[in-house]
Amino acid sequence: MTATPVLSASNVSMVFGGLTALSEVSLQLHEGQILGLIGPNGAGKTTFFNCLTGLYTPTRGTVTLRGRTLPSDPAAVTVAGIARTFQNIRLFPSMTALENVMVGRHSRMKQGPLASLFHGPAYRKGEADARARSLELLDFVGLTGLDDELARNLPYGDQRRLEIARALATDPAVLLLDEPTAGMNPQETEAARQLIFAIRETGVAVVVIEHDTKFIFSLCDHVSVLVQGQLLVEGAPEVVRGDPRVIEAYLGKPPDEVEAEVRQYAEEAGRPSAAESTMVIPPVRERDGGSEGGNR
Amino acid sequence: MATLLQQLINGLVLGAAIALIALGYTMVYGIIQLINFAHGEVFMVGGFASLATYSYVLPDSWKSDWYLALPLMAVGGALVAVVLAVIMERFAYRPLRNAPRLAPLITALGVSVVLKEAVRLWYPGATAPVPYPRAFVDKQFSVEAFGGRITIGSTALLMIAVSLIGAVVLQTYISRSRMGRAMRATAQDPDTARLMGVNPNRTIVLTFAIGAALAGIAGVLYGIHYTNVDTEVGFLYGIFAFTAAVLGGVGSIKGAVIGGFAIGLIKSLAGQYLPGGTSYDLVWIFILLIVVLVFRPQGLFGEPERVRA
Repeated sequence: MTATPVLSASNVSMVFGGLTALSEVSLQLHEGQILGLIGPNGAGKTTFFNCLTGLYTPTRGTVTLRGRTLPSDPAAVTVAGIARTFQNIRLFPSMTALENVMVGRHSRMKQGPLASLFHGPAYRKGEADARARSLELLDFVGLTGLDDELARNLPYGDQRRLEIARALATDPAVLLLDEPTAGMNPQETEAARQLIFAIRETGVAVVVIEHDTKFIFSLCDHVSVLVQGQLLVEGAPEVVRGDPRVIEAYLGKPPDEVEAEVRQYAEEAGRPSAAESTMVIPPVRERDGGSEGGNR
Repeated sequence: MATLLQQLINGLVLGAAIALIALGYTMVYGIIQLINFAHGEVFMVGGFASLATYSYVLPDSWKSDWYLALPLMAVGGALVAVVLAVIMERFAYRPLRNAPRLAPLITALGVSVVLKEAVRLWYPGATAPVPYPRAFVDKQFSVEAFGGRITIGSTALLMIAVSLIGAVVLQTYISRSRMGRAMRATAQDPDTARLMGVNPNRTIVLTFAIGAALAGIAGVLYGIHYTNVDTEVGFLYGIFAFTAAVLGGVGSIKGAVIGGFAIGLIKSLAGQYLPGGTSYDLVWIFILLIVVLVFRPQGLFGEPERVRA
């Protein structure tokens, strides 16, 4: 691929005090791509997301969106076209589902503080458009009819989907999903996979953090493996899946022992609906250093 | 019976003024968890600014027409209050946004003292209560009823009406408008709101500005109703309004209004009927506050405090 990437991180490093959470991580995301970011706990995946959204300013390195350096303020990054969801759900609990999505719409609406007070025709049209678009997005993620429900009263899986709808409401070029299937059952996971494919169809490039390798390998066009803050391997899922370094760093087992297991994941991943319980990658055994700096 | 009704009316008027000020307290606390002790002084400055508008800005020929003078005084008072609040937020509170909560609280007390002393020193004659012009809206409506005479002034009606309308408009604004949603989102989770494209500084400044505008308008209404304004009222009404906001549940618009009216009514009724009379009316207010807080720490309409993840 030679086209300019939508999102490009070059040599991003993030140091907290003495702890290097990310070291020289580079990554390119192209139009229409779904990129998987995997790695053991504490590898720096969420920290990397925080660098991409302006929540952290990288100690070194740059992030560009469509060739332009990202602003350092999170609200401005969202306006520029990067939206995200969170590992721990962070909806606005006392607002309805529709209002949550409409907050996502905020930066694409024009009305100033006084316009809303005087209720002019332009104001009403803007508000109606935002409402219509937000309802459409609720439909899109499968929350039809739940618009008046308070976010905190929605079941867990619906909350995850609502977060996606809210992120999509900002009209992003790039959507970052931080463990979108954490805590989901196989059916919900499969629905999430289909939803992410549908999001790609709308022209949004997606980056997914996930522990579930089966999910990642069956979803992504490109997979990057982060270990201890460093990019270990990247490439097509088939390549990454078979890489002995990944298997060793990730699973801490001798490669040949694991290879069969990995091949099994891959086969199962091919099937559209996996009834078996999802395999979750265990954390690295020997090396336990490095905290997930980005968890907030 | 007539006395009771008269005291009820007096209480409602006082409560209306308190409610208007309490709205600002409750909104600012809701969004940045700051008890803005200087908010009472913003009300006081609003009162002086509208008086200054009358004395120094309005041409003499307009002064006798209340329908010209009063709205312009309100605009003058609200405008100065808003500018003051915006400056206060920008230079006193914003730098302390991520500091421990005690720091902005002490700053607010400091700002409060500075404002009060500044007005006392520099406003001509403000070392004593400054009389408000009486020339307009002094019509009184009287009814003979229950063996007595009940009087309600047009300024009193105006105060109650403005307070209720202000609260309804504010509630609608917050629940329906784009900036209102941004305010609620920022109140619930500022970091996430930021990541969804809501500019937190703009939202917080707007919150201060709306609160200050209401306090400024309360300042004018207070002045024309009680026919004077002095530098002490900021502190006293600030405490009343703060109590009203806590009583109603900090962060709740409805709570601030009901808390405000409750305090106004208790003060006037307790002053009339309870032992000790007016010297003890404040005692009853704070006893009520304590009782409510013991049984309902979040206030009457507040949401129980959630621990942020």
